[in-house]
This record gives sequence, C-alpha cells and structure tokens, in this order.
Amino acid sequence: MKRLDCLKAIYPELEDCAVVTIMGAVAAELYSLGHRANFFYLEHAMGLASSIGLGIALSQPERKVVVIDGDGSVLMNLGGLTTLARSRPRNLVHVIFDNETLLSVGGGAPGGYKWFTTATSTGSDLAGIAKAAGYPRSQLVRELEDFEEAALDAINGDELSCIVAKVDAEMPKSFLMDVHMLENRFEFARALQRPPKDKREPRRPTRITKEQPTTIPALKSRED
Amino acid sequence: MKSVGVTLVSALPETWLVHLIRMADEDPQMTLVRLAKEEEGVGVSAGAHFAGVRSAMLLQNHGFLQAINGIVGVSLLYKIPLLMLITDRGSFGEKDPWQTEGGKHTRPVLDALHIAHEDLSRPDDVEPKMAQAMTLAQSSLSPVALLLQRDLMWEEPK
Repeated sequence: MKRLDCLKAIYPELEDCAVVTIMGAVAAELYSLGHRANFFYLEHAMGLASSIGLGIALSQPERKVVVIDGDGSVLMNLGGLTTLARSRPRNLVHVIFDNETLLSVGGGAPGGYKWFTTATSTGSDLAGIAKAAGYPRSQLVRELEDFEEAALDAINGDELSCIVAKVDAEMPKSFLMDVHMLENRFEFARALQRPPKDKREPRRPTRITKEQPTTIPALKSRED
Repeated sequence: MKSVGVTLVSALPETWLVHLIRMADEDPQMTLVRLAKEEEGVGVSAGAHFAGVRSAMLLQNHGFLQAINGIVGVSLLYKIPLLMLITDRGSFGEKDPWQTEGGKHTRPVLDALHIAHEDLSRPDDVEPKMAQAMTLAQSSLSPVALLLQRDLMWEEPK
C-alpha cells in the first residue's frame, strides 16, 4: 500500500478538517495533492503532531481534527497516546502511516530500501499500543480499500480513532513545498478562525478493485 | 490565569503546584490536560493557539528542561506564544537534594534560548506580572516564563 494512494482516498474529506501532518514524505505528498489553508505541516519536533491535534480538538470541539502521523514520530512520543486517550476528544482522528523505517530523516533509500528501521519492523504494534493506551477505536490496515473504509468511518464518526496503515517505505516524487513554514503557520491559524461548515453527507468508500489500486474515480479530475 | 484569558492548562504535578492544578481541575471554565511528559504540553498549547484559545503550561524546572526540544522545534521555530509557569525548585531553602541541580540550570537555559522570564515571589505581583507575561507572549509570538518562587508557593510544614 502506498501512502500517496491513502492520502488521495481521504483528500476530499479533509476539506473542512484541521489537518496536522508530520514532517517529510507525508507532508510533501499531501502538499502535492493540493495545498489548503487548513493543512499544517509540522516540519520538526517529531512526536508532537498528535499533541498539537489534541490542543486544536479540545479548543474547537465542533471541528474535526485529522492528525497524519508516522511510526518514527509516534515512537518518539508514546506517552502522548495515553494523554490523547484520557482526554478522548471525540473529534480527533489519528492516522499513522507505518513504513517501519525512519524514512524522512534518512533511514530509507530509493527503491524502498530500509537501512534504519523502527521497532514496528520487529513486531511493535502501534495499533495495539493505541488500543491498550485507551483509544476507543484502533485498527491496523494493510489494504487500500480497508484504509479508505476505516478512515472515512473515523472521519465521519464521533469517537477518538486511530488507524495504523502499513505502507511502503517509498520516498515522495519530490520534497518540494512552496509554502514557507511561517506562512503555513499563520494561514492555518486564520483558517481555524472560520467556523467549520455544517456536516455534509458522509461519503461511502469508493469500491476499488485490486486491478486499479492507485486511481480513485472521485479524484481523477483532480489528477487530470 | 483566568484574568489573562487562559482557558486551557496543561500540567504535570509537583508538590508546589498541587493547589494550582486542583483549582484548574475543579474550575468548570478551565480545561486541564494531564500530560505524560512536559514536551507534549508545548504541542497542546500550539494547537490551542492555532484554534484561538489562550493556554498555559504548569511545570517544574525538570519539566522545562524536558520540554526544550518542543520549545525550540515548535514555539520558537513557528513563532507561537507560550506561557510557562515554572515552579523554581532548587533555590535557597531547598531541602530535597534531587531538586538542586535542575534549579541551577533553568535560568541559563532560558537565557540561552532568549526566553524572557521574571521571578514571582509576592502574591500582589501575580496578577500584574501574569498580564505582562501574556501580553509579551502574544505580541512577540514567543515563549515566556514566570518562575514561581518558594515564598509564593510553599510554606514549610511546622
């Protein structure tokens, strides 16, 4: 499963959410799908994306917050999972892309080669850890259609949820992001001043067959 | 804290902070986030700031030292206001040997990071200093620290 395909699958749902991503590959890939003012890319301080998400979720309970995290970052702040679990914001979805490596800080190489793996490569189970920390919902997914279903359920749902998605340790096509960190920080805060739109009709997962795993019909026009 | 608009407090307890944290916990207008480690509080405060809510962190010298990476990588790097109320252990009168080292290094580290800080020792100073600290944090988009002193926070048990 590719991170980029997962991001494409949930991109339409992120329109009205506060989205906080970690640094590196996932930030660059979300940016490549189309930057929005409600996306904040935490380019440093690994481990704190979920803490920032918690601060937003508690401050604006009516807005959905989606944290897009990674295995390396989460492992730097495992205690934070317990803080989220006990605070239990109903409006926070914690997506963790688990590529079993510290890819974006140099632990990976082109071609999916992993030379500095994380402990998830030797069996540490982040979905299990989140569940044991007290997340009401936590799920491990390995297939794109399962990811889409779980993520849409969580985003349209009303419960603190964690989705751990096993993904390839692949570099993004480009790390280029033409938005300065400070510009991003100020526009993000401004975007959160606008009240969230009324809840729209939840979208059901687009059924994707194995034969066409990377293209989601709803996003085709965007790609063209 | 309420007089400067703080409605969200993240904290880890230590003996001097017990009353303050309990007051925050019992106040229906306050949200208390019980942290596992102080660095998380920097993230929580940043998120609150993005969402338009004023917050404060209650911590101790070693909590501050623990949170340094978050302070540098979030508050300073992204220019985010952060009000830290740090109980300043390890100064004159300290009986606990284990508090004496952290106390020594708090000010030099604050200075090294160019974080504005002032001591709070007298109850009359609390409200005006808190207001000044919050004003500076908001105008400079930076962390600021109030170092809560023994005379303000602690009475030796008789």
